[in-house]
Amino acid sequence: MDIIRVLATMVSLGILFLVLELIRRNRLKEKYSLLWLFSSVVMLCFSLSRELLHTVSLSIGIKYPPSFIFLLAFLFLTVITIHITSVISELSERNKALLQEIVLLREALKERSGKEDEQESQDK
Amino acid sequence: MVRGLIIIPAYNEEVTIGAVIKEIRTHIPDFDIVVVDDGSTDSTASVARSSGVTVLSLPFNMGIGTAVQTGYKYAQRKGYPVAVQFDADGQHIAEEVNSLIGPLLREESDFVVGSRFLSKGSYRVGWARGLGIRILSAVISSVLGSRITDPTSGFRAASRDVIEFFSRYYPDDYPEPESLVLLHKAGFRIQEVPVRMRQRTGGRSSITPLRAFYYMVKVLLAILIDLFKTVPRSGKGG
Repeated sequence: MDIIRVLATMVSLGILFLVLELIRRNRLKEKYSLLWLFSSVVMLCFSLSRELLHTVSLSIGIKYPPSFIFLLAFLFLTVITIHITSVISELSERNKALLQEIVLLREALKERSGKEDEQESQDK
Repeated sequence: MVRGLIIIPAYNEEVTIGAVIKEIRTHIPDFDIVVVDDGSTDSTASVARSSGVTVLSLPFNMGIGTAVQTGYKYAQRKGYPVAVQFDADGQHIAEEVNSLIGPLLREESDFVVGSRFLSKGSYRVGWARGLGIRILSAVISSVLGSRITDPTSGFRAASRDVIEFFSRYYPDDYPEPESLVLLHKAGFRIQEVPVRMRQRTGGRSSITPLRAFYYMVKVLLAILIDLFKTVPRSGKGG
């Protein structure tokens, strides 16, 4: 086993463990981590077996296997970024709705306490 | 009897808000007023509150879209039959609300836009802004299939069904032109009526030719995306 393969395997394993550890500590929700788990497992497979990388990349017509790695990395990052932006959009939408709800509730509360004050002063 | 709700979105308008409220009270006293303070850093909220109207204060600046929608949500929960959007800068004229809500009361339309450019006086805007508005209105008119001359006008009136729709769904980015497209897609009837507006007296417009052009491009893109979106259809209309 040459050095680069050992290094690649260690890095892939490191990322995989990092993701698993974050999930275990509830710092990363499972539904957001699937993509990361998937990509780190794929990277691990390719680090372990150069033959696999060669076979797969040649079979889809990529003559230079390392560029297949770059392609994969780029695709994963793209998908993950789109996923993150969609999560942010959803969050900001909910954030807006919550904010409006708070403002409206505060007004309703104020109105109610205003009415009670009136009631009290009438009772006196 | 209360006829409807005036929604005034306000961001740092302490200079004009008091006079605007007073004008509405004087000319159309049978409307309730809600000021939506969009995280103002000046005394807009306290000036409005001291004049006795309902003030909804957003804790930070969320943009005109969110502010206006908060007003519509308020109108929806209170069950107002009509809601009118009214600018806090003193540009809109309270008496004109009567001509704005006319088509709603006659049930000819679900949403009415007050236009500066449909006759009645001559409202002048800078050439760049004018050109931007003209291109925008051409695009929106062709989407809607009826002529809209003032798509960026913030002086507009909504029926109960539109209030309901807006409280669920209101665009954030360029709400005035975008909401027209969304309402049309949802099957509501939209109409323009001519209204007078005051020329901005103090200060110069912040709109440079380049900005007007950039604004127009962004709005056109947003409209393109809106056309592509799925929108819940209303029970009414088409």
